[in-house]
Amino acid sequence: MFSRAYRTVITVPPLLWVAIFLLVPYALMFCYSFWSVNDAGTILHSWTMTNYHELLTKPVYWQTLLRSMWIAARVMFFSMLLGFLLAYFLSFHAGARKDLYYQLVIIPLWVSYLVRAYAWKTILGTDGVLNTLLQYVHVTKHPLDFLLYSPFAVVLTLTHIYTPFTFLPIYASLEHIPRHLVEASHDLGATPAQTFWRVILPLSIPGLLAGATFAFVLSLGDFLAPLLLGGPSGIMISNIVVSLFGAAYNWPLGAAISLCMLALVLALIFFSERLEKKWSFQ
Amino acid sequence: MQAAKKNMATKTESATTQTSPSTSNSLVSIRSVAKNFGKNIVLRDISLEIAEGEFLTILGESGSGKTTLLRILAGFEHPTSGEVWMSNERLDTQPPYRRRVNTVFQSYALFPHMTVEQNVGYGLSIAKRPAAEIEQRVSEALAKVKMSAYAKSKPSKISGGQQQRIALARALVNRPQVLLLDEPLSALDANLRREMQVELKALQREVGITFIFVTHDQEEAMVMSDRIALLRSGELEQVASPREIYSRPATSYTAQFIGHTNLLHADVLNGTAMCDRLTWPTTIADGEALFSLRPESIRIARIAPPAIGQQKAEPSIRFRATLRDQVFHGATELLRVECAGGLLLTIRTASRDLPKGPLEFEFNAADAVPVRATRLGSNAPDSASKDSASKDSSSVNSSSTDSKPKDFKVQDSNTEVASPKFIKSVKKESA
Repeated sequence: MFSRAYRTVITVPPLLWVAIFLLVPYALMFCYSFWSVNDAGTILHSWTMTNYHELLTKPVYWQTLLRSMWIAARVMFFSMLLGFLLAYFLSFHAGARKDLYYQLVIIPLWVSYLVRAYAWKTILGTDGVLNTLLQYVHVTKHPLDFLLYSPFAVVLTLTHIYTPFTFLPIYASLEHIPRHLVEASHDLGATPAQTFWRVILPLSIPGLLAGATFAFVLSLGDFLAPLLLGGPSGIMISNIVVSLFGAAYNWPLGAAISLCMLALVLALIFFSERLEKKWSFQ
Repeated sequence: MQAAKKNMATKTESATTQTSPSTSNSLVSIRSVAKNFGKNIVLRDISLEIAEGEFLTILGESGSGKTTLLRILAGFEHPTSGEVWMSNERLDTQPPYRRRVNTVFQSYALFPHMTVEQNVGYGLSIAKRPAAEIEQRVSEALAKVKMSAYAKSKPSKISGGQQQRIALARALVNRPQVLLLDEPLSALDANLRREMQVELKALQREVGITFIFVTHDQEEAMVMSDRIALLRSGELEQVASPREIYSRPATSYTAQFIGHTNLLHADVLNGTAMCDRLTWPTTIADGEALFSLRPESIRIARIAPPAIGQQKAEPSIRFRATLRDQVFHGATELLRVECAGGLLLTIRTASRDLPKGPLEFEFNAADAVPVRATRLGSNAPDSASKDSASKDSSSVNSSSTDSKPKDFKVQDSNTEVASPKFIKSVKKESA
């Protein structure tokens, strides 16, 4: 059908791209995770399991991983809640303003991640907008210090940043629900609430799963929000990886942690895709 | 259900006003219902009484407002003005989930995440019926539509015709007072559709529930209905039994939409109608008039004039005409003939070989039915007056539909070719 030259031109560049910037680095990481580093800072190219052993035995690593998952789970929950409410409102009740609201949800995505994280810093800080306001209206006497440099700040910021990501797939799946199914449910005697639980929610499960995966995976690997807003108690696993590849100069251990996270994320995506397939009826 | 009830309901529609609650045998009462979508007027002043156990078809072209009327009955739309009553209770103020009305949707609207069984049981489970009762009624309903074998299937795994049966079972299992059907057969192929028409009619007789059936297919309406309510541009054109609406159309639109017809512009003087060189006796008052003469009412005259006694009982009008065109349709064929004065007529006869040259035709004067020129919606010019103003006042015409600016569809479901377009092409050549 297509000439050989055409197919070569079309397929080779993307394949090269994937190979050079994805497969080779992963392969290198895989190798590094089984190597080790001596006190002089030299990488020893002999195979060993010490990195994985260290990962599982030293509490600082697996506890940070668990805390990261806990933060990611909270971000997932709140951004799903917000994203679903937003998407449901837009899809079923926004009427003619639908497109306008949709744009308003998308616009924050064009603003740099860093700007949005810094914005929260000015809002949540000791002399920040929120504390000043609270003291001004006499809700508190002293600035609240749990607002910034805490897991709370990280969850809040990541929820803000990732809500549009959960909104989009949920909105798409709500928009795909044929409206006559909702009418049929009402016609068969179901109130709007019953229709929501028995028809709308089950049919939006693929979008919910996709949104949940987005929010969890993206926040699990985040390192900027905890760096800027997390403080010591809000440190996440990616911050440890960054320091292992940087100041600590322990590439092998960093690589081992990265691979564990990769495996975790791939497993998550795999299962959520299987579930999505099970619940999609298009 | 009972024939007597149907007959009594037949003629009530024009008498209805928004006064007292309906009389005993009327189940649904539509009173002066109008509906606008913004500036777009979809329904104007619809009044209709529907009897218990009746099979009523709302027939109309696309855009006539028939689906909107059905959606008002189901509760998905609210009338801009007017009221709907059912069993002496106000219906139009109730939300759809409180109405004892169920709908079979054009697209079936089966829930894709539920099995066939769960779909059919949905209404009962919402109504919190005991599990044993749900199970029994669902299996009965599935048996009734011959779908018991598919109880555990998902809707996506069964064919369109089967989905249609499930949609029917899902609605009927709730034992509604009225079943609304929104063109449920339009997605099926022709053979299956014909089969389902007969089945639906039989099912309706069996369950005795009032069916309100919406379609654009006049043949379907004729086959199934006790009564047909013909909608045109948001107004009821005529409500009558299929037989009556066919043999005594009230308006030129009805005459053309249901079956095919020759519309004759005639001048009536002293009990004689005159169209070109054709004349026949009539009882209507002097002046200009429109007559509908069905193609099958005209026949090839016998060689010998009919017996004298017979002629007295049914005055038959004879005329000579030349065959212009002949279209074979199997059992019957359509002839286009030109009369001596240039008037063109469409005639349906049993198929046979015809001799060349002028032929002798006849029709009974009683078969030329006077019809009202169809009034058009406010957005279109009045074509009846336009027609009579033109010189060509005696030709076969269908211009009342031609001048309607929008959405006249040639009925492809018709087995006969003589659509209004066909008739339109017939022109008086000697004008």
